[in-house]
Amino acid sequence: MDPILLVLATLDGIAYAALVFLVAVGLTLIFGVMRILNVAHGAFYAIGGYAAASLVLSISDADFSPWLSFPALLVAAMGVGAALGLVIERFLLRHIYAKEEVLQLLVTFAAFMILEDVQRLVWGVQPYSATDPVRLLGTVDVMGIPYNAYQIILLPVIAVMVLLGLRWFLRRTLSGKVITAVTEDRETAIAMGIDARKVFTVTFVIGAVLAALGGALASPTTAIQLGLGAEMIVLSFAVVATAGLGQVEGAALAALLIGLGRSFAVYLVPELDVLVPYMIMVLVLLFRPQGLFAVAEKRRI
Amino acid sequence: MNGLLKLSIAMALTLYAGVAAADKPDTLTIGITGFLSGPASVFGEPAKAASEILLDDLNREGGVGGVPVTAIWVDEGAGGEHVLSEYRRLVQDVGVDAMFASISSGNCKKVAPLAEDLQVLNIMWDCGTQKIFEENSYRYVFRTQANATPEMLSTLLYLLKTKPEFESIAVVNQDYAWGRDSWHIFSTALKQLKPGVRVVAELFPKFGAPDFSTEISRLLALRPDVILSTSWGGDLDNFVRQSVQRGLTERSTFVLPLMESSLQRIGLDMPEGVIVGGRGDHYFLHPEFRHDPEFQAFIERYKAETGEYPIYPVFHIAQALSALKGAYEKAIAANDGAWPGKEQVVDAMEGLEFRGLGRTVYIREDHQGVEDQMIGVTRRDPAYDFAVMDHMMIFPGSAITTPAGMDSTAWLETLSDSILDLPVQTYRHAE
Repeated sequence: MDPILLVLATLDGIAYAALVFLVAVGLTLIFGVMRILNVAHGAFYAIGGYAAASLVLSISDADFSPWLSFPALLVAAMGVGAALGLVIERFLLRHIYAKEEVLQLLVTFAAFMILEDVQRLVWGVQPYSATDPVRLLGTVDVMGIPYNAYQIILLPVIAVMVLLGLRWFLRRTLSGKVITAVTEDRETAIAMGIDARKVFTVTFVIGAVLAALGGALASPTTAIQLGLGAEMIVLSFAVVATAGLGQVEGAALAALLIGLGRSFAVYLVPELDVLVPYMIMVLVLLFRPQGLFAVAEKRRI
Repeated sequence: MNGLLKLSIAMALTLYAGVAAADKPDTLTIGITGFLSGPASVFGEPAKAASEILLDDLNREGGVGGVPVTAIWVDEGAGGEHVLSEYRRLVQDVGVDAMFASISSGNCKKVAPLAEDLQVLNIMWDCGTQKIFEENSYRYVFRTQANATPEMLSTLLYLLKTKPEFESIAVVNQDYAWGRDSWHIFSTALKQLKPGVRVVAELFPKFGAPDFSTEISRLLALRPDVILSTSWGGDLDNFVRQSVQRGLTERSTFVLPLMESSLQRIGLDMPEGVIVGGRGDHYFLHPEFRHDPEFQAFIERYKAETGEYPIYPVFHIAQALSALKGAYEKAIAANDGAWPGKEQVVDAMEGLEFRGLGRTVYIREDHQGVEDQMIGVTRRDPAYDFAVMDHMMIFPGSAITTPAGMDSTAWLETLSDSILDLPVQTYRHAE
């Protein structure tokens, strides 16, 4: 392979991985703490995207400075994530924590489908797009090929910041350590007086905000349309399963692996482009059924 | 005795007429399948909105032969099985007089044999696969618009006429039947009419893919003279926007045969000089009809009610409704003014000529519609906040549609350069 193409494929892979990581890390965090595979995560992603696109469009309609679209992306993600996360955790998930896993999966799947219809009702069927942030940052030339600075600089920087921020939060702050404790051993943590309910709520909201942030950050580069949430939940599940459920750093590496795998496929064997993420997942799971980074599960009595 | 014989003959004749002429119904009901959910609802919803306006107009003018028409919509987005069971229900339980199905070519293929079983008139109002009438023949199934072959061939002819010097091409199509089939048609004709063009990349990203960055990087490095994409909906919006952002549209000539349906959404991001089409002569500024009062009235009403200008599925549903009306009127005339039976309406469809919102279309003996194709190139007009079409060419459908009874691939392989001399009308955009 031509060394120039090698660099191009790597850049494309990193930009793609950054977005996938943001969504997958929320999914894996929620699973790690609550042991619930939240299918509605895909809907948080889509609604975050819709809300961000609407907000950015209304900013440009109102003739405010287009630079306000950057904080708008953040505001939309936090608003959507916090509101949806709180409501769904409080009124739906709280009733099913003690139920079977299959039921939990079905309930979040039902929530996902209801939220898909909500998107249809609120935003209609036409794709939404707000490209201001990409245009503002312009392009950078890499060996004669123009790249969006938004995609190859801003997105990876945000992904790394989220990764480092989460590491710091989970390891260095009290709330983070409490969450880690519940992840490691729920029964003991509760016995020590940790309010697992509160931990669940906080974790779920953080996870939901991350999903919405993924959608919000995707909205300048892609049209937000019906069906986008389903696409993302499948892909981020592949990332999470490859990494090992509940692994934050693992999710970053798996996202990178899958992002690079996909972009190299487009250059070398474009026919396999769609398959590559899942081939990587199957290969990893064949040899490490718990995922790449999963630590052996402690025996639970 | 003689008198008695005459009387019985007269009675027999009356009885016979009674069989041929059905009772005039209170309403004529049609079932329409279209996407009202999922990505393809960008086509279904405009068609549905248009059908309401068109039926309102039609019924105000007395309906079809004095009978008002109502439509029942079925969502194709709920899946092929749902479409089939709803189709059955509408025909057998509700007793619809005709079905319009469908947008998806896959659904058209499933529905066609079912229409034969149920003996119901089925108008394929939007689907594009050319294979339906090339691989089978049906009594009850008709298509009131062109198919993929003339749509792709006209696009290629426009490219060859306006950019004859290109040497390399890349394709980026959605990875499903339409994306694959349309490239097969285009590339077969290309090999025939301009052998020696290098195909530098054949990319089929997943249907619904949100991000084409990698494909775009690769195309930027390959620098093909022409990039073809038959994608539509959000996929096309994304591909075009992301290509514009990265400067790909400046390096290569883009050819986008379904772009007419995305122009308003892309807005002023759309560069000038992109070759675009709309699956027929479908355009809200149709150069031959834009000053026609009826055409104008429809466009204005549609714009007032939906906030958008109509796109090609609107024109397709108008053609289907116009064909239905035409068939009933033809059958009524053939029936000496009496209301026709269902079989008589089906008989009337063959050879029917009708006009929706574009040029006249006719139904061939194999039930395929023959429709002219318009291709143009984008340009800006300050009167619109999106790109409009310029240098439009209208290709005659009869010359670019596979002859009845022939397979498209086999026919395309017989094409010669003489097709490039086809007389076409060219129109400039009038500001």
